[in-house]
Amino acid sequence: MDFGLIAQYLANGILLGTMYALVAVGFTLFFGVLDVVKFSHGDVLMLGTFIGFTAWLGLEAIGVTNPWIQLLGILLCSLGATALIGAAIAKWLVLPLKKAPQLNTLLITLMLGTAIREVVRLFYPNGSNPKAFPALLPNSAIEIGNFSLRADSVILVLAGLGLIGLLNLVINRTRLGLAIRAVAQDEETARIMGINYTLVVLATFALGSGVAAFAGIMNGLYYNEINFGMGLILGLIGFSAAIVGGLGNLYGAILGGFLFAGLQTVGAALLPFASAYKDVFAFAVVIALMAWKPTGLIPERSSDRV
Amino acid sequence: MTDISLNPLDRPRPWLAGASVILASGLYVWALIVAEETWQVLGLLLLALVAVVIGLKTGLSRRVQQDWAQSEPRLNRLAFATLIVLILALSQAHFALLMVTTVLLYFVAAMGLNIQFGFAGMVNFAGAAFFGAGAYTAAVLGTIDAFPPLLTLVAGGLVALLLGIPLLVPIVRTTGHYAAVVTIAFGVLFRTFLEVNEILGGPQGLMVAPMRLFGWDFNNSPTIGGFEMSFYANYALFAAVLAALVFVLMRRLERSWIGLHMDAVRLDETAAACFGISVKRTKITAFLMGNLILGVSGALYGMMISFIAPASFTFSDSLLLVSIVLLGGMGSPWGAAVAATIVVLLPEKLQLLQEYRFLLFSILVMLVLLFRPDGLLPRQLRNFFATRRAVK
Repeated sequence: MDFGLIAQYLANGILLGTMYALVAVGFTLFFGVLDVVKFSHGDVLMLGTFIGFTAWLGLEAIGVTNPWIQLLGILLCSLGATALIGAAIAKWLVLPLKKAPQLNTLLITLMLGTAIREVVRLFYPNGSNPKAFPALLPNSAIEIGNFSLRADSVILVLAGLGLIGLLNLVINRTRLGLAIRAVAQDEETARIMGINYTLVVLATFALGSGVAAFAGIMNGLYYNEINFGMGLILGLIGFSAAIVGGLGNLYGAILGGFLFAGLQTVGAALLPFASAYKDVFAFAVVIALMAWKPTGLIPERSSDRV
Repeated sequence: MTDISLNPLDRPRPWLAGASVILASGLYVWALIVAEETWQVLGLLLLALVAVVIGLKTGLSRRVQQDWAQSEPRLNRLAFATLIVLILALSQAHFALLMVTTVLLYFVAAMGLNIQFGFAGMVNFAGAAFFGAGAYTAAVLGTIDAFPPLLTLVAGGLVALLLGIPLLVPIVRTTGHYAAVVTIAFGVLFRTFLEVNEILGGPQGLMVAPMRLFGWDFNNSPTIGGFEMSFYANYALFAAVLAALVFVLMRRLERSWIGLHMDAVRLDETAAACFGISVKRTKITAFLMGNLILGVSGALYGMMISFIAPASFTFSDSLLLVSIVLLGGMGSPWGAAVAATIVVLLPEKLQLLQEYRFLLFSILVMLVLLFRPDGLLPRQLRNFFATRRAVK
């Protein structure tokens, strides 16, 4: 295998890893504050991407053609709307079930995911067919041997990593982040300290969903195609990544995201007889990892209450 | 649920209310299956709603519950007889019997999942994968002429069980969401594997040989007294027997020490371990037994529809099975029966809504979870002294 091919796989893997990490971060944030898994995350992501796509159609219609302004509009609409949707889900579906068994929350959000998917498929104009997402980023490429580094993927990776860094700053350096961490550590004590619990939970869900919408836009810009089912597999992978990394830990999610992308890439590169098996390989390794580290690579610090 | 309930009530005819409900539901399901027009179906649904409300208001539901507690074996036998009569009454209609058989097999599969979800509290989001493992086993073994198809059912179950074995280590070691991801990953892995695997037919799938019993080919139409029945009647009757067997097994399991252990493990692992229950062994038993049942039902399902493809065993299908379990009420076999009927029959009858059925289901399950988190027919207390009579 030559250098060009390896570099190509590497670039692709890093892009995928950034995307997965962005999705996984949401799962881990939600789990941190509320100890729940919001399974509709992937479909909220898809919805966010479709909102972005609609915003682009709207901008085209009113005659805005500068790609950078379009991009800004897409991101603002998509991230804003998705953040609101995330908060709404938390308020009306997740918080009411706070006292119920974990399984119920898992299922209600799974069903919500299905509902969102079906709504987009049935009610979005021609929603059951894939949509061509516009290529708004410059598509020039640098050729090194037979390896071509596309400018758009560089921008996407940098933006994604920047967003992860920003999120890290928000969690670790701001008052909101402090409140989120406090709630994650101990809800009751946080309430006693005067933290508005509901508000913090809603803000966390808004934050996580917005980040996921960014991952969705990233996916659209890179593959130039979006469809109603894209959220399911991205959500599954993001969830697996968050779990493998260890729920409730931001670094775990990032590690898990890149690990999963790495596994897929290695699977595609090293299984030359059938690269179609790359997902089989990646998920099999996930199962094996769970057997080895039942609470993830960076386990949450917890003890059983007896 | 884990208490012992004593029921020393002595009422006249402590089976009348239960028996009438069984007969009424049998008649209702028959009417629903025969109904052709959308307005008829909608009318029947409205009728069901009104009946349920009346039953709850007049205290009839409590009487039915008491009847069940007091004379369960008799009522169960009556329910089985009603089912057989229903199948015979529909014996001319291909499609109706196909639906009845599908309901029954989903019911069996849901009972398998119930052992995992409802008894032992283990999550399994790969139900369709184990169901599919049974169906694929039936397809592969069906190509061998000498292989007795009755054993194929057993083999389907065993293959599903064996497939679950590599998952045991991660499943037993993890809990909650971590266990969920293991089964989800397995479900996706299984489906992807089938799609890319050329030997098992790839995305196109495989043909499945029909069931044969004592030389009787199930694809022949049985003729009794000059009446020719649909060949699906074979499968429907066989599935009814299978459902009855699994139902009995589940009830027995619930009343046994194994069932008690499973409940203890579900409610509190630490406490269960303190009382000397082997959490590991209990979980392994529940997981393998559930998968075995899933596999058996999958094998019969494959033989009945005679053609299987990976697209029928996706994550969404696993979710459908899980929603049957949840809709009916965790650990409640009767609940699973009602939920399986709703989940399979409704979309088929409301062709108008066919396109919207997944949307409707997801909303229905969400509403149930929000407003009736225990399911439609929640699991009842264990009744160890059902036949106890007050001494006169």
